[in-house]
Amino acid sequence: MRSNTYTIVFTSIVTIVLGFLLAVAADALKERQELNVANDMKKNILLSLGFKPAADKIWSSEEIHSLFDKNINAIVLDAKGNKTDKDPKKIDTVKDIENLPIYIKKSGNKIGGYAIPIAGKGLWSTLYGYFAVEPDGRTVKGITFYKHGETPGLGAEVDKLWFQKNFIGKKFVDESDQLVGVKVVKGKVLSDDPKAIHKVDGISGATMTGKGLEVFLLDDLLKYEPFFKAIRGNS
Amino acid sequence: MAFLDKKSKQAFTDPLSVNNPITLQVLGICSALAVTVKMDTAVVMSLAVIAVLSISNTLIALLRNLIPGKVRIIVQLSIIASLVIITDQVLKAYMYDISKQLSVFVGLIITNCIVMGRAEAFAMQNTPGKSFLDGLGNGLGYGGILIVVSFFRELFGSGTLYGYQVIPDSFYEAGYENMGLMVLSPGAFVILGLIVWVHRISADIEEE
Repeated sequence: MRSNTYTIVFTSIVTIVLGFLLAVAADALKERQELNVANDMKKNILLSLGFKPAADKIWSSEEIHSLFDKNINAIVLDAKGNKTDKDPKKIDTVKDIENLPIYIKKSGNKIGGYAIPIAGKGLWSTLYGYFAVEPDGRTVKGITFYKHGETPGLGAEVDKLWFQKNFIGKKFVDESDQLVGVKVVKGKVLSDDPKAIHKVDGISGATMTGKGLEVFLLDDLLKYEPFFKAIRGNS
Repeated sequence: MAFLDKKSKQAFTDPLSVNNPITLQVLGICSALAVTVKMDTAVVMSLAVIAVLSISNTLIALLRNLIPGKVRIIVQLSIIASLVIITDQVLKAYMYDISKQLSVFVGLIITNCIVMGRAEAFAMQNTPGKSFLDGLGNGLGYGGILIVVSFFRELFGSGTLYGYQVIPDSFYEAGYENMGLMVLSPGAFVILGLIVWVHRISADIEEE
């Protein structure tokens, strides 16, 4: 049996050594990790706005970087939809409801679309993604999800292309320009449904994920409504 | 492996064949179910476990005569946890997309019974060299099963292998459908059960 002093000294040394190693590892890898997170964000903004890598290829981080810098203008809106000069990187998109980051696609002198961050509860987890709007402020340009913990094969289908393509071309406002959001139906959207333009096909076995998506999408669109309303007024 | 004596050799080869950590000891099942939907995640997870297991076994064997008996479990756990956190950080920095898919399961290597089990049962009594081989063998034994399970799950569940489509489009046009069960955890149970069955028959193991 060893003495108590020995035990205390031994465990202290082990703790200090391991703690030191962890601190070194965390510090050495931090820069790369942050770069990965930023790249992933940029990649998803680009995807939601309709940029695609060449068939069967994946973007390198340099390509993502240059595409983003060349084509995307990132700004922050206030709650009334006015531009501010804040840095979108510093905004916590989930907690901060006063400052709204928005990513504007430039194509020549014209605007090619807007992407806004969306986040909310699905069935098991919080889903994070981007929702892109056409320059008319009424039509969906695209949607992506970059983080979620839904069931693989069921709710996790939200990050599949077939589901995301589903949204393209749908309208989130009605004829009188009132915000209605996009409904995720059970099964397929019926072609003779007069409201089909506001609805997308659901994922079989993942009705709750779809319901959650529907709700948080509307909530997030509501935050940006003053901005999109102004755009619709101009067009 | 002529340069190894019989016991070291056994430490390495046993877990690969007869004494497999998953199929015989039924350890590490949680992650075997969770990360085997696709082969790429299974391979990375296997590599992570092999790395953690062989290093933790070596370190613990080096310290085995210094670790006070009263606190040995917590010391083992701190070493394992630190290694797992470092592995997780490295994956986040260099294999970001895969680490996103593996999510919490890399962190959960800490609670993988194989790692703690080998530390307590083997590394505390054996030399660092033997313990390293034991860790490597158990890691490979675990990884091997993971890769076999993920092979079948990805093939039947998604029609792909390592992300490449292997079931031709003409099959789907003819009415073939992917098996939804394989994508979910129960699919892994079925595959794993079959593997355990085959393993027990071939190794001629009888329950007392």
